[in-house]
Amino acid sequence: MSSAVLGRRHAQLPGFGLSLGITILWLSLIVLIPLSAVFMRSASDGLGTFARAAFSERAVAAYRLSFGAAAIAAAVNCVFGLLVAWVLVRYRFVGRKMLSAVIDLPFALPTAVAGIALTALYADTGLIGGALAKAGVAIAYKPAGVVVALIFIGLPFVVRTLEPVLADLSSETEEASLTLGATRLQTFFRVILPTIAPALATGFALAFARGAGEYGSVIFIAGNMPFKSEIAPLLIITQLEEYDYSGAAAIACVMLLISFAILLLLNQIEHWQSRRLV
Amino acid sequence: MAAGKLREPTAVKAVLIGVAVAYVAFMLLLPLGAVLTEAFRRGWALWAAAISAPDSRAAIKLTFIVAAISVPLNTVFGIAAAWAISKFDFRGKTALTTLIDLPFSVSPVVSGLVFVLLFGAAGWFGPWLDANGIRIIFALPGLVLATMFVTFPFVARQLIPLMTLQGRAEEEAALTLGASGFQTFWRVTLPNIRFGLLYGVLLCNARAMGEFGAVSVVSGHIRGETNTMPLQVEALYNDYDFVAAFALASLLTLLALVTLGLKSALEWRHRDELAARH
Repeated sequence: MSSAVLGRRHAQLPGFGLSLGITILWLSLIVLIPLSAVFMRSASDGLGTFARAAFSERAVAAYRLSFGAAAIAAAVNCVFGLLVAWVLVRYRFVGRKMLSAVIDLPFALPTAVAGIALTALYADTGLIGGALAKAGVAIAYKPAGVVVALIFIGLPFVVRTLEPVLADLSSETEEASLTLGATRLQTFFRVILPTIAPALATGFALAFARGAGEYGSVIFIAGNMPFKSEIAPLLIITQLEEYDYSGAAAIACVMLLISFAILLLLNQIEHWQSRRLV
Repeated sequence: MAAGKLREPTAVKAVLIGVAVAYVAFMLLLPLGAVLTEAFRRGWALWAAAISAPDSRAAIKLTFIVAAISVPLNTVFGIAAAWAISKFDFRGKTALTTLIDLPFSVSPVVSGLVFVLLFGAAGWFGPWLDANGIRIIFALPGLVLATMFVTFPFVARQLIPLMTLQGRAEEEAALTLGASGFQTFWRVTLPNIRFGLLYGVLLCNARAMGEFGAVSVVSGHIRGETNTMPLQVEALYNDYDFVAAFALASLLTLLALVTLGLKSALEWRHRDELAARH
């Protein structure tokens, strides 16, 4: 498209200044200025205070739990999310639409509700927890409980990311692979999996990012013992309740920087994917 | 297509579908069932009593007020942002889109924290607000701000891909035929995006009413005053008043189910118009 054509089109549609103005003003007031407060606070406290608060033993234990549990849960969701997405895209069966609708439940169900529901199930008085207790396994009020909650929260991210990619997969390469004598399983691992790998990575990153910052569904089932089962967002709240704004801001700073790194990574994956498709 | 070869044997297919359905039932439906069973464990009378307790009623009312303020504001913003980004070409468009999505990668707790750092007792504007008798934190404005931050991207990210796909030809035609800018938006653009808009508003509202982490930080947890429904669920749960906690949670579950139902209905009926989501 030539710039002359574009230029004329600009002149025709009204409301550019107004809509962009509202967008930038609102974005700044609600998101950018408030977010910058976290960094300003940490910066004004000085490096020493920041480092002491951000990397105290208790904070590091909390990051390890939040990010570790998020990584395990995202990995589990990659396996089962791929299976669910595959079944939804490839097969037609009774109840398929129902299954598809249910996948979004974690998006729609308030996290606090998910939290108390999972706790009711996995506590040793609950349906699942009771059965596990007989086998000597405890999940609720342990780090494993955090993983369970994050598996619940993260599933739709992986399924919804994979579905369109699986649907767009051309049957030609699969046919070629089968014609050349590969088994169905070989075709899956050598042809299909490499093609959907970027989408799988995106799904993992989305589920991981959401899980690392998750609060509502986790605190009821986690146990919340400092150094053991205390997630990073809870530590922020604890610091705030003690009016330790600097400590809270420092931990928030670390979490934000990691989230931004994941966001950059996601953009990179998208960029890489679009280049591969061309 | 050599369809026969591309399909797994029926047995394999049945096993895959079975495992996927069982996994989703176990991970997602079981918690849903747990909420409803716990809520009605002691019968309808206690459920109704828990719902109509003064603090519960206040929490329900507050939840609706917060959503009634934040959802329309974010809808107006979302339309403005989508108009600017999808109908015009300008530098920094990709960056702007990324910034709009930013709240999705921020932990809910951090989303609340930013407003405490700004408006809390020891925050930037705290002393000034205090001197002038304005309450933001531990009051309605704080709840609205935190909710708006968290639900900020919902409408915009639904509309941007949709309106980009629709292009600007129809609007240009309307303007050429003598319509005003407002008429063009009202008669041409809005009918084209109405289902996408509805979809975005629906998800935005579900999140606004169910938000927990962000509002938890700014609310102060004053029962009957600053507790929204999810916060009241937590308060009741921590009192070991499980019947009441799950009763209130069952209302939020109903909200989630209605949201999912409407969302699925929109997806089935207006697939084409929603297809542009990413």
